[in-house]
Amino acid sequence: MTRETRWLRETYVDLLLEYAKKDPRIVLVEADLAKAAGTNRFQQELPDRMVNVGIAEASMISTAAGMAAMGKLPFTHTFTAFSSRRVCDQVTLSVAYAGLKVVIVGSDPGVTAELNGGTHMSMEDMAIMRNIPGMLIYEPVDSAQLRLAFPQILAHGGPVYIRLLRRAAVQVYDEASPFQLGKGVVLREGRDVSVFATGIMVAEALEAARLLEAEGISAEIINIHTLKPLDRNLVLHSAKKTGAVVTAENHSVLNALGSAVAEVLAEECPVPLTRVGVQDHFGEVGSTEFLQRKYGLTAQDIVQAVHSSTQKREAWK
Amino acid sequence: MDQTLTELQRTANQIRKMTLQCIGELGVGHIGGSLSLCELLSVLYFKVLRINPEDPSWEERDRFVLSKGHGGPALYSALALRGFFPREELSTLNRPNTNLPSHCDRLRTVGIDMSTGSLGQGFSCAVGMAVAGKMDGRPCRVYTVIGDGESQEGQIWEAAMLAGSRKLDNLIAFTDYNKMQLDGYIEDVNGLYPLDQKWRAFHWHVQSVDGHDVRAIWKAIDNAQKVKGRPSMIILDTIKGKGGWFCENQVASHNMSITEEMWRKAVAQLEEDET
Repeated sequence: MTRETRWLRETYVDLLLEYAKKDPRIVLVEADLAKAAGTNRFQQELPDRMVNVGIAEASMISTAAGMAAMGKLPFTHTFTAFSSRRVCDQVTLSVAYAGLKVVIVGSDPGVTAELNGGTHMSMEDMAIMRNIPGMLIYEPVDSAQLRLAFPQILAHGGPVYIRLLRRAAVQVYDEASPFQLGKGVVLREGRDVSVFATGIMVAEALEAARLLEAEGISAEIINIHTLKPLDRNLVLHSAKKTGAVVTAENHSVLNALGSAVAEVLAEECPVPLTRVGVQDHFGEVGSTEFLQRKYGLTAQDIVQAVHSSTQKREAWK
Repeated sequence: MDQTLTELQRTANQIRKMTLQCIGELGVGHIGGSLSLCELLSVLYFKVLRINPEDPSWEERDRFVLSKGHGGPALYSALALRGFFPREELSTLNRPNTNLPSHCDRLRTVGIDMSTGSLGQGFSCAVGMAVAGKMDGRPCRVYTVIGDGESQEGQIWEAAMLAGSRKLDNLIAFTDYNKMQLDGYIEDVNGLYPLDQKWRAFHWHVQSVDGHDVRAIWKAIDNAQKVKGRPSMIILDTIKGKGGWFCENQVASHNMSITEEMWRKAVAQLEEDET
């Protein structure tokens, strides 16, 4: 696995421009983080299609909702923390309750906020979005997947939250990969344990599978790129086959991927589950690598979680 | 002109009576902040707004956002009177499966342009509508009403700054300045004075008029339509609970219980005043 040379935000801006030139409905609403998102390039090419509301995130979301009510297809952007917890009521009411489509882009998810530290580090953005009726939650893995997802996001009939890594991603997909929003992807088939992963944790899960193979454990690696609506069928199909489950997310283990999978398993197929993610902590400053080690978000942590789930499976027999 | 004004005042009274009746039949509701809006709604819906009840989603229509969404019952009365839906529907206000909830809902009610109720947001959405209208060079205008209590919300001023900065002269806003909020008098809770100067400082064209004088409202809107390069704020000096003997100018009118005797007597008094 290799890391891409361009940051993922560049692909996002490429796509935004490519489709905005074809679709006059697409507009961009920023809150003084256009340079952080790289969308100043959009501003240069399509200046009349961008509104910068300044440092006013609530205004950004409701302004976008008003534009959507006039037939526009607005994209908003700020860091994940401010795209979710700061504007929870605006996203809930101005956008979702009002039945309007706005694509809300949150960047720098979880520990990838790095030196911006705890204030800017969202361990809870997907949890907040997940409780908003009708919200589709998508976390891209790499640039190829984001390219595949983009036209489907435009075609989707309701509001969308994109949890966007700004930095360079590890390449997992290629442009020929089959992709459908709402359908998980089996990246590696396995017999002994199911690992459901999202975002930067997908590459960690694939690395964990390689380490586990050396121990003789066959891990099935599945990318849940769309947290909501969750691909329940795939979760159940794999869990029934392996009888042991691990989830891995760059997010709190509360109320996002780990919880969503736990709900499905508890209702339909109770098997052992171990959740890799941030264990109810605030963030802090540090490199992504340092914080992944500190919060237990590495391939090695997934390996240990697999041991925990498979041991529980034997103990519960 | 005088005949038109007389007609507009009569329509305002009609909206007021219908509002009293629909909240009264239910027995509880936001009567105070609904009754203070009746003259404005009469002027907007029967004189100013370019709308078509036969084609409520006509793309080039003027938009109206009642940002103080709890004034819904007065707006529903105006919409029914204007022909957007049958008057009988008003008696479904807040009943199970109604299309007329306490706070405005664009998905449920014909003629409602934006869902509102969480204060501060509707105004901000109206600014977004005006931004989009400018972007496309549409001739339509956006009208919106905020409450004076609502003006304590930070989002109002975020949006005010944006509208002033972007010179949105296709946006005409009103403040229903009835001086009261749920917990008491505005100036006792968290004062707004001097409200007009605040809006001027945000680069808005500002007028202050008697909010129960249809002639003054109409004239102020006419002035506002001629302003170039600035959004307009028309501060309506109003009385909370206006025209209801049991609620007029009373803080308790924000959301109160109403008996049949109370609303029937109020309607009878309003009819008496008309003759």
